[in-house]
Amino acid sequence: MPKRVETVTLHDSGTPVLGDVQKGGGVILTSVDTLISQARANSLWPLTFGLACCAIEMMATATARFDLARFGSEAFRATPRQADVMIIAGRVSKKMAPVMRQIYDQMPEPKWVISMGACASTGGVYNNYAIVQGADQIVPVDVYVPGCPPSPDALIYAVMKLQEKIKRGRNPQNWKELKMFGNSPEQQEQVVA
Amino acid sequence: MGLLKEVAKPIMAGFGITRRRIGQEKVTISYPEQRREQFPRTRWRHVLTRYESGLERCIGCSLCAGACPARCIYVEAAENTDEARFSPGERYAVRYEINMIRCIFCGFCQEACPTGAIVLRNDFELANYKREDFIYTKEMLLQPMPARS
Repeated sequence: MPKRVETVTLHDSGTPVLGDVQKGGGVILTSVDTLISQARANSLWPLTFGLACCAIEMMATATARFDLARFGSEAFRATPRQADVMIIAGRVSKKMAPVMRQIYDQMPEPKWVISMGACASTGGVYNNYAIVQGADQIVPVDVYVPGCPPSPDALIYAVMKLQEKIKRGRNPQNWKELKMFGNSPEQQEQVVA
Repeated sequence: MGLLKEVAKPIMAGFGITRRRIGQEKVTISYPEQRREQFPRTRWRHVLTRYESGLERCIGCSLCAGACPARCIYVEAAENTDEARFSPGERYAVRYEINMIRCIFCGFCQEACPTGAIVLRNDFELANYKREDFIYTKEMLLQPMPARS
């Protein structure tokens, strides 16, 4: 099925992907944008945000057998101030939704979200009054991972997809878009309202 | 003397653990290059199988949709005619869609299927960027036609 073909060269550093740092003799030529996106893609620090059973698989991903550290993501941060990617692992209850939004807002830009598992992505079997039917109603989600729960390999695959997106994605064009100093007060008010 | 006991000895003890582990086999599976062996009953991505003649097994009975606890399967059936025959039975599935992101891979559809049409295989690489891409249509799920021999 044609869906899967593009992923074969994901981590083969020999083949240049769009946005990869090109190798040429002893000189490396790149733009600052690609350099920054490379750096960002290869040090994604996840936020410790386990909400349910998917969190067990998220923890298993960080163990020696699967070793998320190979992708630069071993440092699970307990504070949103130091995290780059939020892995929503588990069902999001209506009560958790405002908390999740607040934690997302506290993360510094640039930030990404992986919605792990059926419950976080759509609500899964919990189609009821207590569960948010999809975390993307609360925060913008970059990568969805199906599964109940997704195996550690599937989560690693999602991290690779996210890295690919960061490497290929449009990079900020000026220093304001880099958002190195956090959101401006006006932007934060929009978020609150 | 105190320095030796308090500092050097624990450090040597720590290196001792490293020395004991150094000869052991590595436990890490470097995933994209090397895959772990899946269990024989692993349930991941669905496949709609065919008979060896190339006819579809699915007869569009919607039992899978009824058994699904997440309500993620949609089946629309139509009558087979002699001109356009898709399955051996009276009816076949015109549309067969699975919302892969809501599916919990419980395998109830596989158990419910009277003809063994829908099976869950071991392709787990399903993550994607947009949720529209997770509606797997019949064309994506259907097994390719067997090679004519």
